[in-house]
Amino acid sequence: MTLPAIHAVGIGKHFELGVSRQKYGLLRDALTAQARLLGERLRGRRPAAAEAETFWALRDVNFEIQPGEVVGIIGRNGAGKSTLLKILSRITEPNTGYVDVRGRVGSLLEVGTGFHPELTGRENIFLNGSILGMRRAEIARKFDEIVAFAEVEKFLDTPVKHYSSGMHMRLAFAVAAHLEPEILLVDEVLAVGDNSFQKKCLNKMEDVGQRGRTILFVSHSMPAITRLCPRTILLHDGQVLQDGPSHAVISTYLSSGLGTTAAREWPDLRHAPGDDVVRLRAVRIRDQAGQIADVVDIRQPVAVELEFEVFQSGYALWPHFTLYNDEGVFVLSAFDLDPEWHGRPRPAGRYLATAEIPGNLLAEGMMLIGPAMATIEPRRIFFYERDAVAFQVVDNVSGESSRGRYVGHIPGAVRPKLKWATRYSRNGHDLAGPAAAAALNGKGGQP
Amino acid sequence: MDVTVRPAPPAELPTIRIAPSRGWPALRLGELWEYHELLYFLMWRDIKVRYKQTLLGAAWAILQPFLTMVVFSLVFGRLAKISSDGIPYPIFSYAALVPWTFFANGLQHASQGMVQHANMIKKVYFPRLAIPVAKVLAGVVDFALSFVVLIGMMLFYGIPPTLATLWVPAFLLLALVTALGAGLWLAAINVHYRDIGYTVPFLVQFWMYATPIVYPASLLPEPWRSLYGLNPMAGVIEGFRWALLGTDTAPGPIIYVSALVAVGLLVSGAYYFRRMEKTFADVV
Repeated sequence: MTLPAIHAVGIGKHFELGVSRQKYGLLRDALTAQARLLGERLRGRRPAAAEAETFWALRDVNFEIQPGEVVGIIGRNGAGKSTLLKILSRITEPNTGYVDVRGRVGSLLEVGTGFHPELTGRENIFLNGSILGMRRAEIARKFDEIVAFAEVEKFLDTPVKHYSSGMHMRLAFAVAAHLEPEILLVDEVLAVGDNSFQKKCLNKMEDVGQRGRTILFVSHSMPAITRLCPRTILLHDGQVLQDGPSHAVISTYLSSGLGTTAAREWPDLRHAPGDDVVRLRAVRIRDQAGQIADVVDIRQPVAVELEFEVFQSGYALWPHFTLYNDEGVFVLSAFDLDPEWHGRPRPAGRYLATAEIPGNLLAEGMMLIGPAMATIEPRRIFFYERDAVAFQVVDNVSGESSRGRYVGHIPGAVRPKLKWATRYSRNGHDLAGPAAAAALNGKGGQP
Repeated sequence: MDVTVRPAPPAELPTIRIAPSRGWPALRLGELWEYHELLYFLMWRDIKVRYKQTLLGAAWAILQPFLTMVVFSLVFGRLAKISSDGIPYPIFSYAALVPWTFFANGLQHASQGMVQHANMIKKVYFPRLAIPVAKVLAGVVDFALSFVVLIGMMLFYGIPPTLATLWVPAFLLLALVTALGAGLWLAAINVHYRDIGYTVPFLVQFWMYATPIVYPASLLPEPWRSLYGLNPMAGVIEGFRWALLGTDTAPGPIIYVSALVAVGLLVSGAYYFRRMEKTFADVV
């Protein structure tokens, strides 16, 4: 019997959510707080207990992974996926339990770590490789392969600050992908880069998996998980909810309430994003029929609902949201333009702001909404909850959307139905000029 | 983090246990050695980037102590007429400024290191000690450059090297140990308390005047002079002058106190750093 590559026993990790939201403080404050405590003790008073509450990012997580297994990890944002990978890669330590890890661990938690903009591509390959734990000789041996994979041959001696973001990304992934650890941890690297490069990365990972390497793959992309991982672990609120064959786990995830990515509520005020001025209470995606929907037809409008509670009157709050697609492309941001409240200080109370995204605008695929609240004067952000809710836009071949009768893949972050017009002339006269514009203005154009 | 590497049978993979750490951690210097290539690349990056980014490049390493020497010679040598143990004031102060600049830069860079490389710390595991160690070691290149100028000045003033010159590396090591020791303390504290970053330049300035750089230690009466041993940098500076300029400041028993203090600073700093290390990724 072989020993497992990873054996996690009851691991837990918690964070203190103190009175102050800052993770680090000032020595000055710490000293004055100590002095105050001492003063209160001297006067015989019991100091008030600090209002620290504990948030468990992971709780009692158990699993075993055999050498050579490729396992997907899914769950909503905040379910503990990233924390788990951080523990396995020894970046942070657990508070309870332990993990036995057999073999060298390489992590692609974020590629390009330690890249320095002033250094050339060549120099950064060596630097980044050594940060990821590769030996110098090993990097030298794979150097050409890395360069070829990244497709940056011509720019090797250019400082990376002059690289496009795509080149930067490719180079970073190329270095990381040529690590040869026994265990590889991958966190959503595929969310970046263009389509063909993503495909290349997936192929590379499949390759690595077939060579008997153990891989843990965290992703929001269900197709990628299905393709790469026979087995998937579903995390929810820091605990393992299901662990088994990918198709079964993914269908649980998508069909159960927690798979409903289209609505999110914060019934407990203390955990709601925001502060003592305003807090977000709920975000919902509704379809044309007013139903909460995580799948929407591309032709139909979608309503984005932000429900928030104002505790202090007098702030000219401006609700807005960002929309990313699952490739990490920032598609749009939308600001509340309701004339009734625009620029007006809001009295305390509960609000429901709804924005309608018209049909035939977004492209197919997963859309992630990040609700936010700000004031402009002074510039202040009260909350921004990136990827709070998500919905899937589907474009069935009906002939009525902009895809027409075409059934293949259509790239692009938006897919509006544009107005097209055609004029025809056999001899080439009269095609340009005002007559052509007139065609677009209704005469002869399609509605 | 409590990581114990258990000996595995041949052809078996090493097993690492990741568990919450308790009590005082081990220093795990062996692991730091395993990552010596990373240490080398971090140093190399710091040096390369510094010389690439600044207009004056490598010249900066020389100019910083040299220009300070010029100012000190005018203000303290000419105007204030501070005694310099019978040695021309310019070389008297420059021989002190070369090791001092190494120490001061090493201390400052090390104390900022963890915050500066927060992104790396949050994304990858490696022995965290590598960062401050690389920061201090990278200063050796600057030191070497400014030391060449020092040799030039010795020729200019006709001061011949003696056997005592061979002691220079020992004093450099003492300066390095002191810079790293203090740097480790400050680096670890800086992660949790960001105002430390603002305090360090002040601390360095204060330390400079508590070290015989602009004045000779002989200016102080006993017993204060012996108390100087508690400041390892005083031992370093007086040692440099003795080894290079032949001043009458041969290291006496006080240098042992200096060395002891420096090593104490380094060991305590390293343990404190390792103890705080587990929280770095969560806090920084």
